[in-house]
Amino acid sequence: MMYPDINPFVLFFASIFTSNILLTNFLGMCSFISISKDIKSSNGLGIAVTLVTTITTALNWLLEKYVIIPLELGYLRYIIYIIVIAAVVQVLEMVIDRVSPNLYMVLGIFLPLITVNCAILGVALFMQLRNYSFIQSVFFGLGSGIGWWLAIVLLAAIRKKTENAPVPAPLKGVGITLITIGIMAMAFIGFAGMINVR
Amino acid sequence: MEIILAPIVVSVISSVLALIIVVVDGVVNNYGEVEIDINDSKRNLKVKGGTPLLQTLSSQGIFVPSACGGRGSCGACKVKVLSDVGPYLPTELPYMSKEELKENIRLACQIKLKKDIKIYLPEELFNIRKFKGIVESLKDVTYDIKELRIRLVEPNEANFKAGQYVQLVIPPYENIKESTQRAYSISSSPSDKNHIELLIRLVPGGIATTYVHKYMKEGDVVEVVGPFGDFYMRDTNADMIMVAGGSGMAPIKSIIFDMWERGITNRNVWYFFGARSKRDLYYLEIFQELEKKWPNFHFIPALSDPLPEDDWTGEIGLITNVLDKYLQNIIPAENPKEGYLCGSPGMINACVQVFDKHGVKDVYYDKFA
Repeated sequence: MMYPDINPFVLFFASIFTSNILLTNFLGMCSFISISKDIKSSNGLGIAVTLVTTITTALNWLLEKYVIIPLELGYLRYIIYIIVIAAVVQVLEMVIDRVSPNLYMVLGIFLPLITVNCAILGVALFMQLRNYSFIQSVFFGLGSGIGWWLAIVLLAAIRKKTENAPVPAPLKGVGITLITIGIMAMAFIGFAGMINVR
Repeated sequence: MEIILAPIVVSVISSVLALIIVVVDGVVNNYGEVEIDINDSKRNLKVKGGTPLLQTLSSQGIFVPSACGGRGSCGACKVKVLSDVGPYLPTELPYMSKEELKENIRLACQIKLKKDIKIYLPEELFNIRKFKGIVESLKDVTYDIKELRIRLVEPNEANFKAGQYVQLVIPPYENIKESTQRAYSISSSPSDKNHIELLIRLVPGGIATTYVHKYMKEGDVVEVVGPFGDFYMRDTNADMIMVAGGSGMAPIKSIIFDMWERGITNRNVWYFFGARSKRDLYYLEIFQELEKKWPNFHFIPALSDPLPEDDWTGEIGLITNVLDKYLQNIIPAENPKEGYLCGSPGMINACVQVFDKHGVKDVYYDKFA
């Protein structure tokens, strides 16, 4: 099997900045928009997404290599990935509840909802599609998670600023948020040529 | 081959993951033994952690009132917590007033026991039990009110104050999939320790009342939890003005007969019972008999819409008007007075206004909710 010739560290930084999973692929928008009202919860959700993405990417890579490919079960890929993500979220939920009840409370309903955060499934599928090695996958997963985390905290900070801005009435709320995201995406994509990870 | 392979692979992966979850759950959610300190070490319970406070207490025989059974939808199971159990949950906040937040009153069903906890519970709660009983009789006292008499079996004695209520446990039936509990005032007197009598009016569509009226029969095994409530006779010498309507008869009847049995007959008691027409009246004879034996007891039934065939010679009018008339002209104004009310919220609010008008400030009531 041939792995693409990319330094894992390059991949790590690329997935944070130049090909941010949120701002270039627009994955994981639902919780991105609804949670970014508040920096503290954004931060918590960012941590949770980063953790889940890293762990599930690694687990799914192993399953891909040792179960799915040898048994030719490519058509079960989505189901297997999702089951793994759901289980990891479940475990993480119990651990966070025990270790940090405050964080658990802040995340509330969004913690179980990470299961259906498409950024996480997206990362796993990209990793498979682009044929990354194990190390590359882990760095890619970690980078994408941090990228998602960075994006949501940035958006939360910007939304805090626009709260008191004279936004035209019809654009208040989600409207101006979507425009903000669009401008953020342009800024991030502006660096896309610097490192090519495809 | 492939047909079998796919389900096997998915099942194996799922089972491995499920196993991991179970193991993590066992490790992470194992809080070991937790101590509940109640009322400054008056009672200490050592229990297994990890379950909500409400369920843990009830498994130890302490029943904090709860109408919804721990789903966080009634807000009844309020408990004062003296140790730190973490911040308020979003599920608790809607039920808390500012004062309660300051005092760290929490919903017992929402607090998971993770470490030792100190709580305060009112003394009466220790008296609350779950009773198993048998329906001894189930009689119609009017066309829509039934008198349910339960013989207590286990435990076979109940200690309650006249005027308190119990929660009747309704098992699942027909389309009702979950067991429910509804509160009913006890109408029998506390001296009859082996029995509990309830008056239950049929409410169209009501889960509990429909069950009692249509499904319950003599000989059934029933469960009640109680006693609860702070509607009982206050120990003063004031004249007691009692007003009831419909099945609001229950706690008042219990209080009056309790007073008679205990020989508290020096106090003046005025009992106003409001009904629409004669077919809504019941227990007339027993109160009229008591009136003959007890000179200070006055029973005033009043009909708001008597039918021609009722041949009614008693008071006519809304119970509030009758009450107003008596407070104005008949009941001696100089004596201090206490009001005791039981009935629908509308009736109670109207009566409280009448009492207010006549300067009666000590008014106790039991509102149907």
